[in-house]
Amino acid sequence: MSEQLVFTRPEVLADVATHYCPGCQHGVVHRIVAECLEEFGLVEKTIAVSSIGCSVFLYNYILVDTVEAPHGRAPAVATGVKRARKDAFVFAYQGDGDLASIGMAEIMHAANRGERISVIFVNNTVYGMTGGQMAPTTMVGQKTTTCPGGRCLEREGGPIHMSEIIATLGGVAYCARTAVNTIKNIAQTKRAIRRAFETQINGEGFGFVEVLATCPTNWRMSSVAANERVGKEMIPEFPLGVFKDAAKEE
Amino acid sequence: MSAKRIFIKGNEAIAHGALDAGCRCYFGYPITPQNDIPEMLSSAMPAAGGEFVQAESEVASANMLLGAAACGVRAMTTSSSPGVSLMQEAISYMAGSDLPGVVVNMNRGGPGLGDIGPSQGDYFQSVKGGGHGDYRTLVLAPGSCQECYDLTFEAFDLAFKYRNPVLILGDAIVGQMKEPVARREALPIDPAEGGNWKLTGRGQRAPRILKSLFLEDGALAGQNLRLRDKYAAMAAEVRFEAFETADADLVVVAYGSIGRIVKSTVRALRAEGLKVGLLRPITLFPFPEAALRDLAGQGKRFLTIEHNLGQMVDDVRLAVRGLADSEFFGFLPGNMPTPEDFDAPVRAAVKGA
Repeated sequence: MSEQLVFTRPEVLADVATHYCPGCQHGVVHRIVAECLEEFGLVEKTIAVSSIGCSVFLYNYILVDTVEAPHGRAPAVATGVKRARKDAFVFAYQGDGDLASIGMAEIMHAANRGERISVIFVNNTVYGMTGGQMAPTTMVGQKTTTCPGGRCLEREGGPIHMSEIIATLGGVAYCARTAVNTIKNIAQTKRAIRRAFETQINGEGFGFVEVLATCPTNWRMSSVAANERVGKEMIPEFPLGVFKDAAKEE
Repeated sequence: MSAKRIFIKGNEAIAHGALDAGCRCYFGYPITPQNDIPEMLSSAMPAAGGEFVQAESEVASANMLLGAAACGVRAMTTSSSPGVSLMQEAISYMAGSDLPGVVVNMNRGGPGLGDIGPSQGDYFQSVKGGGHGDYRTLVLAPGSCQECYDLTFEAFDLAFKYRNPVLILGDAIVGQMKEPVARREALPIDPAEGGNWKLTGRGQRAPRILKSLFLEDGALAGQNLRLRDKYAAMAAEVRFEAFETADADLVVVAYGSIGRIVKSTVRALRAEGLKVGLLRPITLFPFPEAALRDLAGQGKRFLTIEHNLGQMVDDVRLAVRGLADSEFFGFLPGNMPTPEDFDAPVRAAVKGA
């Protein structure tokens, strides 16, 4: 019986151990991005924009031309890249502190202009690389190093729901929130990222995918417990779904 | 140089200089007194086949510049003092990532909101790095509309030669005044420029990474030393105008619009027989320290005149240290200086020996 290869590492994904902590889901999201780049034949024409946070080292794992953006500025840098090189496929990869706090202006306006770029937004409700401080997406009651008693609605406000906000902007072609806590949700994340990339390929507008993900280290949880938290706590607060798809509105 | 002479503002001269130098991406945000530049380029840049984006902030416009620069495209952003403060983050990242781009600051009064009139209060910010980290940018200081055009035209070559941001430091005077300007033949776009480092999509080659993060042991020190060597090499680009310095007892040092106005003062005092000259730095980084030191070695005295409380005078004193000193006269922002404003201080300094 001949062997049939049914599962392999995408070639654009480096064959190295990552610096990510055990149970961190950046690796899963990286792999999905890598698969989509290969399936659309985009690897050779891609320019990635990495941002500040754990995923700044994106370029060590996804082997495409990459520029490193200042904190929160990835959508502005990606705008400059895409305007300078319209034939390139341009995506930015950002965390929640980067995108929803310091980079709020840049993401809103890049989306509103309908820049032909794709933004992968990994939301794990905490600043990971700096050691677990409160993020704009931190949930009420969640303990972090800067809200050790738990985030207080009256004092710090509640978590920001970026997908719902982004979906209201005219230039957005596709906006979805997914998770990677189950096989089903991983498959849905792949479909969402494929569709976001497709909107750029087709010139439809701005594509945005928010992926709910774990940070076991800064949540002070085991990998398994962190993954369970995504389903039990995060998804009820941040509902999954497609918030806008320009193709389906026509 | 072609015979095409047009009567334009300094701000417009900068826009023309950029277009003729092959700049094809412009990112800006409205701020007085430089709005003529984005207003003109909002139509002229697309007409030239380029991209114009009115950004959401100067933070964003400078980061768009960073992105376009990473693609090896000639790109520019322009602003004035408060806006340039917001750009310092991106300028630091560009310096740390060896990215070429042109940033124009039409200096207005400060600190804070200041006013919308001319000032040279941003000298330190311009020549000492400006943002965080140990870096420098080339700084060009036009004193006329023609220099606004010429220095902008040449800034792009310098930016790509050194893979470094180039700052053009004008002010509300040179930006708003009108003079005849001779344009040059437009440079053809060179698709090969930046070919060995720019991002194009990796194609069949190894991926390229443009970054300023160096966490490995010793890596950042290596990057800092490499940048130090680059900044030292920029000394070859030093430019200045020396006017009547050969037999002068007193050399006035002034740059930009103020240098231009002081030149009239010097000319008037020369007509009276006073032995006074002018050294007008055109590059503020690199600073013409060798020329100043040479003049100091000849026994000349110095008076630095600026449109601030005294910033460049520090660099003049460093240049002539051990040989001479420099007096200082500061004209304060909020008013338009005339040659007569500098008559008394220059006259006093000449006689001060």
